[in-house]
Amino acid sequence: MANPLQQFEIKPIIPIQLGGIDASFTNSALMMVLTVITVTLFLTLSMKGRALVPGRWQSMAELTYEFVASMVRDNVGSAGRQYFPFIFALFMFILFGNLLGLVPFSFTFTSHVAVTLGMALTVFIGVTLVGFIKHGVKFLTLFVPSGVPAVMLFLLVPIEILSYLSRPVSLSIRLFANMTAGHTMMKVFAAFIVPLGFLGGWAPFAIDVALTGFEFIVAFLQAYVFAVLSCIYLNDSLHLH
Amino acid sequence: MSDKKTPGDSDDFDARLRRAQKGHSSAGEKDGEFAETPSQGFGLAFRIGTELVAALIVGLFIGYWLDIWLETTPWMMVVFFFLGSGAGIMNVYRAAQGIGLGVGIGPGGKIISDKGENSESSGKPEKKDQSGD
Repeated sequence: MANPLQQFEIKPIIPIQLGGIDASFTNSALMMVLTVITVTLFLTLSMKGRALVPGRWQSMAELTYEFVASMVRDNVGSAGRQYFPFIFALFMFILFGNLLGLVPFSFTFTSHVAVTLGMALTVFIGVTLVGFIKHGVKFLTLFVPSGVPAVMLFLLVPIEILSYLSRPVSLSIRLFANMTAGHTMMKVFAAFIVPLGFLGGWAPFAIDVALTGFEFIVAFLQAYVFAVLSCIYLNDSLHLH
Repeated sequence: MSDKKTPGDSDDFDARLRRAQKGHSSAGEKDGEFAETPSQGFGLAFRIGTELVAALIVGLFIGYWLDIWLETTPWMMVVFFFLGSGAGIMNVYRAAQGIGLGVGIGPGGKIISDKGENSESSGKPEKKDQSGD
């Protein structure tokens, strides 16, 4: 019987050793390359016509663009416009990574905490740098809640700093756990279909069908949540209270 | 017969057009908040869970390494366990209040709304009091 966690196994395709570090080109890396290629093809091919009245593909590309653009505008304001390319790239990468991971026999790279933590730390470090560049040392006032007695600050400032440091952790765990849990659940139910036979196998099969639809929602929702939280964090750095 | 019918038809058309536009604009409004509807409940529940745990993990991690560095086992871990729990509860509180998930929200915390520009909730004194903690 197939192990439900086997799907997350990383297999090297082209072994590369860089000074003792295993930097092999793995199935995870292959899926990331495929994701970037798919996003690029989707956006360039669909916008090729540049029609005034968009066709189906062009309007799909325009919808995703406008969706992210309004997300940045709503959460960061006009100051966030220059960060739009980063948020858009992040959103499309995660969304297409999640969706391509739903294709049978493919691999979901967002189900690995190494990948999601890498992206979350990029956002976290970038946002912190933006804050320090924009506000200098004044950025540290982010950790001082206003209207608090001075005695309480000894307790509250460490809590605020911990709360700030927990951002990349919660950001990465949320994406990774959602993808891993959904895919594992699907495999577990799928493993029941054949053993239960022609009569009983319908129940887990029906659940798997429902789960597939559910996974599409989760794939989109998690990409959205990741992008929108990046926007909120960026907003905190740009506009100090 | 066509003379009599045409005005009636165009009236009907105007009415239908108006109705369609009305429906369209309200549909557009719904479109803006579609991420908040049905599946958002699940997303919110999961978000709050991770917010609580993440701060605790970070606190324990920092405490563990401080202990190794300062050779004060287990005191730093104990201290940072409680600080981490506090930060986790603070995260959950802020997420549930919808006043952003950010730290150090000042008086009149920023509200994440669909209505453009992060609106200051200065008009709501109850939130003002609470966000100051």
